[in-house]
Amino acid sequence: MIEMNGVNHSIGRAAILQDITATLPRGRITALIGPNGAGKSTLLSLIARLEPVQQGQIRVEGLDIGQSDSRELARRLAILPQNAGVMSRLRVRELVGFGRWPHHQGRPGPADRRKVDEAMARLALTDLADRFLDQLSGGQRQRAHLAMTLAQDTDWLLLDEPLAALDMAHARALMAELAALRDAGRSVVMVLHEINHAAAWADHVLAMKGGRIHAEGTPAEVFTPGVLEPLYDMPLRIAQFEGRPMVLHHL
Amino acid sequence: MARPLVLLTLALLLASGLYLLAGLGPRWQFVLTLRATRLAGLVLVGVAVAVATVLFQTVARNRILTPQIMGLDALFVLLQTALVAGLGPVGFALLSGPARFTLETSALVLAALLLFGTLLGRGASDIPRMILTGIILGVLFRALSGFLARVMDPNAFAVVQAESAASFGRIEPALLPVAAAVTLAVVVAALWLAPRLDVLALGRVAAVSLGLRHDEMVLAVLALVAVLVAVATALVGPLAFLGLIVVALARPLAGSDRHLPLLVTAMLLGALVLVAGQTVFERALGQQSTLPAVVEFLGGLVFLGLLLKGRIR
Repeated sequence: MIEMNGVNHSIGRAAILQDITATLPRGRITALIGPNGAGKSTLLSLIARLEPVQQGQIRVEGLDIGQSDSRELARRLAILPQNAGVMSRLRVRELVGFGRWPHHQGRPGPADRRKVDEAMARLALTDLADRFLDQLSGGQRQRAHLAMTLAQDTDWLLLDEPLAALDMAHARALMAELAALRDAGRSVVMVLHEINHAAAWADHVLAMKGGRIHAEGTPAEVFTPGVLEPLYDMPLRIAQFEGRPMVLHHL
Repeated sequence: MARPLVLLTLALLLASGLYLLAGLGPRWQFVLTLRATRLAGLVLVGVAVAVATVLFQTVARNRILTPQIMGLDALFVLLQTALVAGLGPVGFALLSGPARFTLETSALVLAALLLFGTLLGRGASDIPRMILTGIILGVLFRALSGFLARVMDPNAFAVVQAESAASFGRIEPALLPVAAAVTLAVVVAALWLAPRLDVLALGRVAAVSLGLRHDEMVLAVLALVAVLVAVATALVGPLAFLGLIVVALARPLAGSDRHLPLLVTAMLLGALVLVAGQTVFERALGQQSTLPAVVEFLGGLVFLGLLLKGRIR
């Protein structure tokens, strides 16, 4: 599990996160929700060690992320990148291969190649293995990056608004894939803006507002008018559909 | 070895042979020594500029930038102007070659590290801010050396002008051993770091996720870039576009964005462009123009071409 204890974060004088103490469960999909500026992405980037922890402590499976070796953490925690940097002349197989880097440090063995093949097969990328990244559509490229994080073979997977650039079909396919990973024993933490995806797929929800934790629990506990209306400062109707809450935020 | 590499190596050997041996004349021992020295200088500068540009473009995540955009060449000119202004033209001429080289190189590296160090205090994540700061510092350095040039006496100004224009004619033999040793060390380090450079080029999020110590790596790579730029600039003067032209040509030739093939291709190509160009100018065109002027002109065209094609990233 991921334990956060008394985490405070500020940029200049602005307090972005205030006294965050929470535990994210293993083997579950955890969704971070909340209005813009709530501090969700900042919290995720602290867990991902993209920003240094200023105050408080974050531990991943008992490892303090401020103290631990980055390579050690890379075998437990993967972050889905949004783009490929400058390496556009890179084949899908090469990109996915980078996921094995924390395990072999530049010298891949047969076991590494097998993991890469498995990750590509799992995300239906085998036919695209020899394509260059700049020849792929946005959805395919994201799948290639997801395959890279899969090949990394970590317990935890962090995603910051992965649905932002995807159409409905790709968004649902991604959520279903993450649910399948969860069923295979992995733990997923994601920032989600599309609240109904959180309602439909998440096991655990952390609602944030103004840098603090507003509510925490299962979707059934969090997705009630009493919790969500003050969270988003708007009146909301919430329906039930096949046993899951559904927020009618557009009406 | 891939075919482009074999061809590049052969072309470089051929150009070097031509440069050394074409039209030797009766006093060949003397001429050959002179040419061998200059050839070594050309190869060193070509390799240093090519490697520096590849490394810098990886750190800056941008393919139209050269280290010169960080204001390093402007800093070099300012340094020399200040040196001439401080010592006077006679004192400047008295300072021996290697001493001046060591002074200039360490000053450039120190200034570059100070510059990057303060910029990176907040984390190497903010690359656009770093580059903007570099451009602004470049303008500042140029303005300062312009100011110094205006207040100094005309004789000293003539020395500054001669020193601060790029020239392959002024490579001093005494500098070569030091420059060669430094360049070799940095190139070996860059090749050794190649797998890590690949991970760095994936972007900060991916690099951190894969366990690369991203910020330390950026700082180390920038230090290597500073050393190489210092070597090349101290040897021949500021060359804004040579790196751009060489690396822009090397990328398609290498056929991959992986750093090992890219670095080797760029190095060979950098040396080839300078040696072949200088051969043509000295032997065929009878020194009608200067190679730096032509390289800069063509480099400027490549720069515009890259901009217009929208290959910013």
